[in-house]
Amino acid sequence: MIDGVPPDLHACGITKHFGPLTALQAVNLQLRSGQFHALLGENGAGKSTLVKCIMGYYHPDEGTISLNHETVSIRSPRDAQTFGIGMVYQQFTLIPNMTVLENLVISRARLDPLIDWEKEERQLAEFMENMPFQVSLTARVSSLAAGEKQKVEILKQLALQNRILILDEPTSVLTPQEADEMLGYLRALTLGQRLSVLIITHKLREVAAFADEVTVLRKGQFVGTGNVSQLTVSQMAEMMVGSEVTVKPKQRNVQSSKVPKLVLRDIRVKDESGVEVVRGVHLTIHEGEIVGIAGVSGNGQRELVEVLAGQRCASAGTIHAHDQLYQPTREKIMKHKMFCLPEEPLQNTCVGRMSVAENLAFRHFDIEPYVVGGWFISRPALRRGATELIERYNIKPPYPDMPIQSLSGGNVQRAVLARELSADVEILIIANPCVGLDFLAMEEIRQRIVAARNHGTAVLLVSEDLDEIMELSDRTVVMFNGQLVYETTSSDADLGIIGRHMTGHTT
Amino acid sequence: MSKGIPHALNKVVEPFLIIVGSLSISMMLFGAFVAAAGANPFEVYQTMYRAAFGTSFSWQNTLIRAAPLMLTALCTALPGYLGLIIIGGEGAVVMGGLFAAIVALTMPNAPPMVVLTTMALAGMAAGAIWLAIGGALRHYRAVNETISSLLLNYIAIALLNHLVTSTFRDSESLNHPSTHHIGEANMIGLIPGTDLHWGLVFGIVACVLSWFLMHHTVFGFASQIAGGNVRAAQIAGLPVGRLILIVCCVAGAAGGLAGMVEVAAIHGRANDTLNANYGYAGILVAFVARNNPLAIIPVAVLLGGIRASSGLLQRAHELPDATVLVMQGIIFLVILFSETLYGRFSRMPKQGAV
Repeated sequence: MIDGVPPDLHACGITKHFGPLTALQAVNLQLRSGQFHALLGENGAGKSTLVKCIMGYYHPDEGTISLNHETVSIRSPRDAQTFGIGMVYQQFTLIPNMTVLENLVISRARLDPLIDWEKEERQLAEFMENMPFQVSLTARVSSLAAGEKQKVEILKQLALQNRILILDEPTSVLTPQEADEMLGYLRALTLGQRLSVLIITHKLREVAAFADEVTVLRKGQFVGTGNVSQLTVSQMAEMMVGSEVTVKPKQRNVQSSKVPKLVLRDIRVKDESGVEVVRGVHLTIHEGEIVGIAGVSGNGQRELVEVLAGQRCASAGTIHAHDQLYQPTREKIMKHKMFCLPEEPLQNTCVGRMSVAENLAFRHFDIEPYVVGGWFISRPALRRGATELIERYNIKPPYPDMPIQSLSGGNVQRAVLARELSADVEILIIANPCVGLDFLAMEEIRQRIVAARNHGTAVLLVSEDLDEIMELSDRTVVMFNGQLVYETTSSDADLGIIGRHMTGHTT
Repeated sequence: MSKGIPHALNKVVEPFLIIVGSLSISMMLFGAFVAAAGANPFEVYQTMYRAAFGTSFSWQNTLIRAAPLMLTALCTALPGYLGLIIIGGEGAVVMGGLFAAIVALTMPNAPPMVVLTTMALAGMAAGAIWLAIGGALRHYRAVNETISSLLLNYIAIALLNHLVTSTFRDSESLNHPSTHHIGEANMIGLIPGTDLHWGLVFGIVACVLSWFLMHHTVFGFASQIAGGNVRAAQIAGLPVGRLILIVCCVAGAAGGLAGMVEVAAIHGRANDTLNANYGYAGILVAFVARNNPLAIIPVAVLLGGIRASSGLLQRAHELPDATVLVMQGIIFLVILFSETLYGRFSRMPKQGAV
């Protein structure tokens, strides 16, 4: 079905400006036929811009892209497709309520007015037999696990006869086992000279295990390229961030007290379709302790956080805060100082069109000094309070009257953190606090979480990033299929065991 | 703080420019319409101006029409703060007028001040309950509030027609079924020195109080959070359902008060003249005013003027009676379209990543 070897791709001297910002400065990238090539760099290093130039989303200001030493002009993703270049995105682009077969067929640029489904199924089944991995064509995409969906995304690109595959952080939604499996298949395809792979990733372990060559970008500059076999992981990390990365454990006080602050008993939650997705969670969090819930997304973590945040009702179970039955009413939230830092803060806990000052006041707008006479909001007090928080938490730009939606992701996160930490928080619920943030912002937010813990706050941290949990938590529990299936102290943590529990392999 | 100021200006300047622009475009479109109907658009606008604002008499005529619009616009504007689109002002007016008239008829010997106060309370309560039904259906049963409030209008009108033709019918109202007259002594008087009744004062006071409520109180702040993002309101522990019910009640009370004024200041009885489309025109006023209660006051006066010019337009240019409704419709469509323009002229400085 696929014949001939993939072409050599050479991006030479690519420069791209966005207004005054130089996103890429004379960057080179050479993807040889049948190579597994990793593109490394921190957030904002220009990786996405580079692949978007290759895919034809952006038009580079300078530089050329050539295939087999012939300069080509790629003006749109459709052009890229005609040259056999396809891309798999971080988020799935499949249509959930259609079957795999339907998704594969409709992805074609040109469709016959009448679709002969039997013929299509026959041809795709034949095509699938030549692949190193199989997915049922009749399965509905919504019923597939993340790893399976990712396979369908890759199959889609292969079925479109693409010979160069660009993947943007393809493993971020997968378990370590799923990721290894998928990367292994891609590796096999490259070794068979059927495909060239360019993969954007942050995970150096994957690079070391699967890639032939790396290209590293830093702040839009080309840092270097090299054979993976001749580089160590710490050398690659150094190329990425510019100096030796020293993994320092977060400094923390040892807490002697064992005062339970938050006790969950047999929490059960149903999702919109009535399926029980949290199935009896028991958990106690003590004063000055961070408990991390690890797990692949979609195992009930989101619903559990929503229950604790008051965004969803539990179907059974009790929450006790400071030994008292807790319900998420404003009165009880303020009494127990149980606050929440959910994922996607702009969508989840801010009103985008309201100002930064107003958003910073959501916890305290109804208490003095922000309210006068019991009824009336004091705008000057609101603004003063906001100005102080903006300064203390270094929120940029420092204008309290701007709508919060015009702030960058890191600054929205800082603002929400400022709000939730400022009122002497006693119990803090956090979900994926660092998604989409750059290294510095991430580091700062983690420091602040640990500082809150050292002051005695009980923290529940739900994260899909295992490293984050390892770095922050005192105790780690694994959530799988709506239940907490494994618990360990962080000092005894074994990633292998945790990974197995995350995927339900408990033997 | 220097960059904070242009933003604050933007918040005022952008809506102002967009609305003035929309009104100008509406006037051009309507001009083309009247030209097609055989009239000279410039003369038509001149006539409209004279009929609406040209003399003190026409001003009074305009303001009398503007008064109920201010109140009915609040029926849509206040729930708008909570993200609801309620178009049940007509029902609130009808219910308010009906129940105000009914309670007045149960107290024939009470002093006028007592009667009027009771009428106002009854009218406001009836309107409040009527819109709260829509709000409650929305919050507790996820019924679309726009549809339910629209349908509630028809129920209110049917109830009015039923009651004035049966239980409460004045047997002397032969070809225009009405309740009995509430008594001349119980009518609201005029503002001294004018031909204007007190309804205008009610309208202006209600708009100012509503603005203050939504922009300067804890309740208004909580409502803006709930209207801006329910999930954020839930995390803040705000009682979203209660906020919705209260805001709908306040909005409905404004509409009910408009109905009471119609009865107590103009008709003296409840009948189908209550159903004079003030509720629907109020939706337009709220949209043009972008739900801002202070902006409602001038917009209501403008629309009151357009409606007041209907008669003269008919006589002077032989244009059909419905001409001003065409204008109203054009304005409505252009304003709806202009909603998509907000934010496109933003001059906000772009931020760096961190």
